[in-house]
Amino acid sequence: MSRILDVRHGVLKKNDELARSLRDRFQEAGVFVVNLVSGPGAGKTALLEHTLTMLRPDWSVAALVGDLATENDATRLARSGAPTRQISTGTTCHLEADMIEDALDGWDLADLDALFIENVGNLVCPSSYDLGESVRAVLFSVTDGEDKPLKYPTMFNSADVALLTKMDLAEAVDFDHDLAVHNIHDVRPDLPVFDTSTRADGGLDDWLDFLHAQRTASVTPAPAS
Amino acid sequence: MHELSIATNIVRIAEREAKNAGATDIRGIRLEIGALSGVVRDALEFAFDVAAKDSMLEGAELTIDEVPVVVFCADCDAEHELPSPPRFRCPGCGTRTGDIRQGRDLDIASLEIV
Repeated sequence: MSRILDVRHGVLKKNDELARSLRDRFQEAGVFVVNLVSGPGAGKTALLEHTLTMLRPDWSVAALVGDLATENDATRLARSGAPTRQISTGTTCHLEADMIEDALDGWDLADLDALFIENVGNLVCPSSYDLGESVRAVLFSVTDGEDKPLKYPTMFNSADVALLTKMDLAEAVDFDHDLAVHNIHDVRPDLPVFDTSTRADGGLDDWLDFLHAQRTASVTPAPAS
Repeated sequence: MHELSIATNIVRIAEREAKNAGATDIRGIRLEIGALSGVVRDALEFAFDVAAKDSMLEGAELTIDEVPVVVFCADCDAEHELPSPPRFRCPGCGTRTGDIRQGRDLDIASLEIV
């Protein structure tokens, strides 16, 4: 004789709980954490390399980078001078909170102002996994097509900011900027959207201003001792 | 394609819950999957068979209840269910809204145990 057992258990509860404890740790240590997500080739690594370089005079920054295989991205990011660690996920198509926890081993969070996490290039799976970040930034490049937000609504809806990358190529590929922004706002009204370019002078200014403002807002300063 | 790791989680949680309830076998499992959960139903069904092999769930019937997206519209001061695929506009008045109240669900609802 069988019976029905009411379970009501979130499948990702373990990840959510671990992410919450990471968020507490980051908050306590005063570390502002950004999770960068996008499809492959949208320019996460280039954006991050420039972002780290430009923030370094003011902030102590570090980066974690997830890929299925190779350490190429970590090697590129290390050129910024920021401490960088590669997380090789093997067959897993996204980063999970426990991978972040393991990768932080040996780093003193109190020494950091900001930690950037470059997720695996994938617009589906990373949206389900909270990593304890302060801000989730979704990137999409002018060569991706303006309808990306409509095809991957969960990712765009769960983001805190959207970055249009490779804007220096916009004209060459007939990028319809208004349509792209319209589509982003169709899945997430009022999401801040910034144009970025790692090649143009000042191409990251709006993004960097946003990071400064967000860090001020999200990190409680450590009490003076 | 993260459905295999999702399915592996499901099997682990279900086995633990069933054992805690003193069960010896799981005959069926009911999941609630939101339209915005990021999980593809067909891929999850396929992955479930793989993950359930040699577990208490091997051969168990998998039932998936799809949970529609529900948003809150501030203009109407009401919750509305969205059609699929969701466009984040209030079906009542057309106002854009991304205030999701339901649809990210990824839950084990119940188990049929013996």
